[in-house]
Amino acid sequence: MSDESPRVEEPLAPIALDDPHLQPFAKHPEGAQAVAAIAMVVGFVGFIGFGVAYWIGNDSQWQALTLGVGLLALGFGVTAWGKYLMPQGPFVEERHDFHSTEAERDAMTAAVVERGGMVVKRRKLLGGLLALGSATMGVVLLFPLVRSLGPKPGNTLFETNWKTGSRLVTVDGREVRADDLEVDGVLTVFPKGFQGSSPDQVILIRLAKTLQPLQPPGRTEWGVLGYVAYSKMCTHLGCPVGLYQRQTQQLVCPCHQSIFDVRAGAIPQFGPAPRPLPQLPITVDSAGLLRASGGFDQAVGPGFWERP
Amino acid sequence: MIDKSLRWIDDRLGIAKGGRTFLDKIFPDHWSFMLGEIALYSFVVLLATGVFLSLYYIPSANEIVYHGSYLPLHGQRVSEAYASSVSLSFDVKSGLLMRQAHHWAADIFLGSIAVHMARVFFTGAFRKPREFNWIVGVSMLILGIVNGFLGYSLPDDLVSGTGIRIAFSIVESIPLVGSYLAFFLFGGNYPGNGVIIPRFYILHILIVPLLIMVLLGAHLGLLVKQKHTQFKGKGKTEHNVVGSPMFPTFMAKTTGFLFMSTAAIFLLGGFAQINPIWQFGQYEPFQISYAVQPDWYMGWLDGAARIMPSWEWVGWGHTIPLEVFLPAVIFPGIIFNILILWPFIESRHTKDLAYHNLLDRPRDRPKRTAAGAAMLMLLGMTFFASSTDVMANFLELPLKSVLWFFRFAVIIAPIIAYFITYKICNEMRAAEGIGKRKRAQVVLRSSTGEYTTVDSEPRPGDGYEELEAIPVPTYIDLVPPELVTGAGVRRVMR
Repeated sequence: MSDESPRVEEPLAPIALDDPHLQPFAKHPEGAQAVAAIAMVVGFVGFIGFGVAYWIGNDSQWQALTLGVGLLALGFGVTAWGKYLMPQGPFVEERHDFHSTEAERDAMTAAVVERGGMVVKRRKLLGGLLALGSATMGVVLLFPLVRSLGPKPGNTLFETNWKTGSRLVTVDGREVRADDLEVDGVLTVFPKGFQGSSPDQVILIRLAKTLQPLQPPGRTEWGVLGYVAYSKMCTHLGCPVGLYQRQTQQLVCPCHQSIFDVRAGAIPQFGPAPRPLPQLPITVDSAGLLRASGGFDQAVGPGFWERP
Repeated sequence: MIDKSLRWIDDRLGIAKGGRTFLDKIFPDHWSFMLGEIALYSFVVLLATGVFLSLYYIPSANEIVYHGSYLPLHGQRVSEAYASSVSLSFDVKSGLLMRQAHHWAADIFLGSIAVHMARVFFTGAFRKPREFNWIVGVSMLILGIVNGFLGYSLPDDLVSGTGIRIAFSIVESIPLVGSYLAFFLFGGNYPGNGVIIPRFYILHILIVPLLIMVLLGAHLGLLVKQKHTQFKGKGKTEHNVVGSPMFPTFMAKTTGFLFMSTAAIFLLGGFAQINPIWQFGQYEPFQISYAVQPDWYMGWLDGAARIMPSWEWVGWGHTIPLEVFLPAVIFPGIIFNILILWPFIESRHTKDLAYHNLLDRPRDRPKRTAAGAAMLMLLGMTFFASSTDVMANFLELPLKSVLWFFRFAVIIAPIIAYFITYKICNEMRAAEGIGKRKRAQVVLRSSTGEYTTVDSEPRPGDGYEELEAIPVPTYIDLVPPELVTGAGVRRVMR
C-alpha cells in the first residue's frame, strides 16, 4: 500500500449532512430498510434450518436448500443495505501516472548499470565462477527433482506379456475355450497371469467364417475358427476400444470415435487414429483352449518418438 | 476502544495513512466488474470445501474391498481413493453436498474467469499500464484448468481414469522426450506403479492452489496499486476514478455478493447432481463407458483431438504422433501464447503507448472485437466438437457427417464471425446516439394553446449518474469547519 498520491493538499470543504451525495440511493429508505431486514431474518431462519436439517438427517437437498436460502437472503439483505441505504455518492479519487521522474529513472539506471557494471567488469573471474557454480547447481538439482520420479522407458513400451503359447483368460482368470463365444461375440482377454494389465488388454471377436479372407496377406493364419484378436488399446490416445458394431464388423473407440475395420486387420477407417490395432496371432490347442501363437509384432497403443 | 487499538497498532506499524487511503479506495459501479468477483468467491468456496474433502479423501491406489453404505458396490475390490470418494459422499454427513459444491465451484470458477477475461478483453482493460495483470490473470486461468483436471482425476472412477490415460498419451506424444516425461510423471509405463494419485493429490491440494493464491495476491495488489478502469461517463476522466468507496459501500455490496455467489454454488451442489462416481464405477484400464466427455473447460482440447485428421509422421526410425501432438500440445500452446501476448500484439499494431484508464465500448474497436469474436468462435467450435458422438445420436445423423461438419466449421466459422462482428461494430458506430438512454419528451400545452416539449425527469438510476462526483474523504468526516486543524488533517468529533 504505497499510494503516494497527494490526496488532500488543501482542506476540503466540510460537507453538509443534507448534501445529496450523502443521501441513500433509495427514495424511501425506511421501505428499503424493511426489505433488507426481512431478507436478513429469512437468512437467519435459513441458517437455523440448516442446523436442524443437519441434525435430523443427512439429506443433501434439504441442507442445500436451507443453506442456500440462508446465504441468498442474508446476501441480498447486506447488498441492499450497501446499495440503497449507504451514502450514494458518487465519489471521486484522483489517479496519477505510475512512472517516476526522469531524474529518478536515471539514478536507478545508473545504480544498476554503472555500479553493477563496474563491479562485474572489474571482477570478471568472480562473476564467471558465480555463473558456473549456479548453472552447475541448477543442472545437478534436476537429478533428484526429475530423474528420481520414475524409470527410463527402455524397451517397456514395445513389450507386452503375450508370448507364444500364452493362454487367453478373462479378467477373472477363466481360460477361454474355442466354443465360448457365439458368432459376433466379443470378449476382453489377457495373457494368463496378467489379468487386468493395461498394455496386455486384447479384444477377442468371433466373426462368421465367411469373413475370414479379408485378413491382410501374411496374416491369414493369425485367426482361428473365426476368432480374431486385437490389442484393445486405441492407437490414438490409448482408450480401450470397447464398442463393437456387429452389422459392419467395426470397432469404435468411445473417446474420440476412431473406427477400425475388424475384418481387414483393424485398419482405421475414420477418425484420428493413425494406425491399425496391432493383431495378436491366436490358435487353438488340442484341449480346445485359445492360445497366442506369438506376441505382438509391434508396440501397442498410441504413438511415441522412439517408435520406428 | 477501536480508537485505542488502532493507535496501538499504528504506533508499531504506521497503518493509519495507508489504511485510510485503502478504506477510501474508489470502486467504479458497473455490473461487469462483478464477474471477477464471482471467480474470487468461487475460489474461496473451493478452498473451504476442498479442506473439508481433504479430511476424508485417501490418495491411495491400494486395493481394498468396499464396505460402505452404497450397496451396489458392496464386496467389490476398489482403490482406496475411489472407496474414500464414495464414502465421503454417502457416509460423511454433508459430504455429498460439499463434494458436489466443490465440483460446481470449480466449473463456476473457470467459467467466471473466462467471462471476466472476455470483459477485460473486449473493453480494452488490458492496455497499458495493466499488461502485468492480464498476464497474471491468464496464468491463473491456465493453472485453474490444470487444477480442475487434477481434481476430477482424484476419485479414480471410470470416467476420470480414462482422462488420466489420455493425459499419459498426450505427454507421450511430445517428440524426443515424451516417453521419458510420461514415465517420470507416472513412475513407469501406464498406469504406473500407483504413484499418480498421490502425485496428483499433492499437486491439486498444495502446489497449484498455492501458485494460484500467490498470483491472486498479485492480481489484487496490482488492482489496488493501479486502481480500476472505468467506462466513460459524466465526470469520468483518464485521471480519476468515480464510484463508491471501499468502506462501507463497496464492502457491504461485495460481502452480500460473496454470500449470494456461495448460495448459488451450494444450491447447485445440492440440487444438480454432478460427477456421480458411484454410477461410473472403479476405473479399470480395460473398461470404458459411452459418451466420455471431460469437464467443460477441457472440452475444447477434447474436441480438437477428435476432429484432427490421422496425420502421424513416420521417418528415420522415429514417429511423431502429429494427430495428438498438434491438437493437444501445439494448439493450446498457440492459444495460450496469443492470450498472454495479446496486449503487446495489439499495441504493436495500434502503435498506442499511452496510459488507458477509460474503457472502450467494444463497438469502438471493431478489429479487436472481431478478433475476440473469432477466437471465441474457434474455441466454441472445438468445444462443441467434443460431443460429436452425442450430437450424432441426438440428431440421428451419421457420425461422419457431424465430424466433417466440425472439421470445416472450426476454420470457416471464426472467419465468418470476424467479418460479421467487424461489420456490426462499424454499423453501430455509424448510428447516432446508440447505447445512450433516451429521455422521454413530455409534450405540454399552454393555456394559449401552444405546444412545447421538455425532457422528462431522469429515471431513478440515471439521476445518480448525473450527480457531480465529490472527492472521497469528504463525507466520512462530518465535522464543523472550526475543527479543521490544518491541510488535510482533521479531528474526528467524538
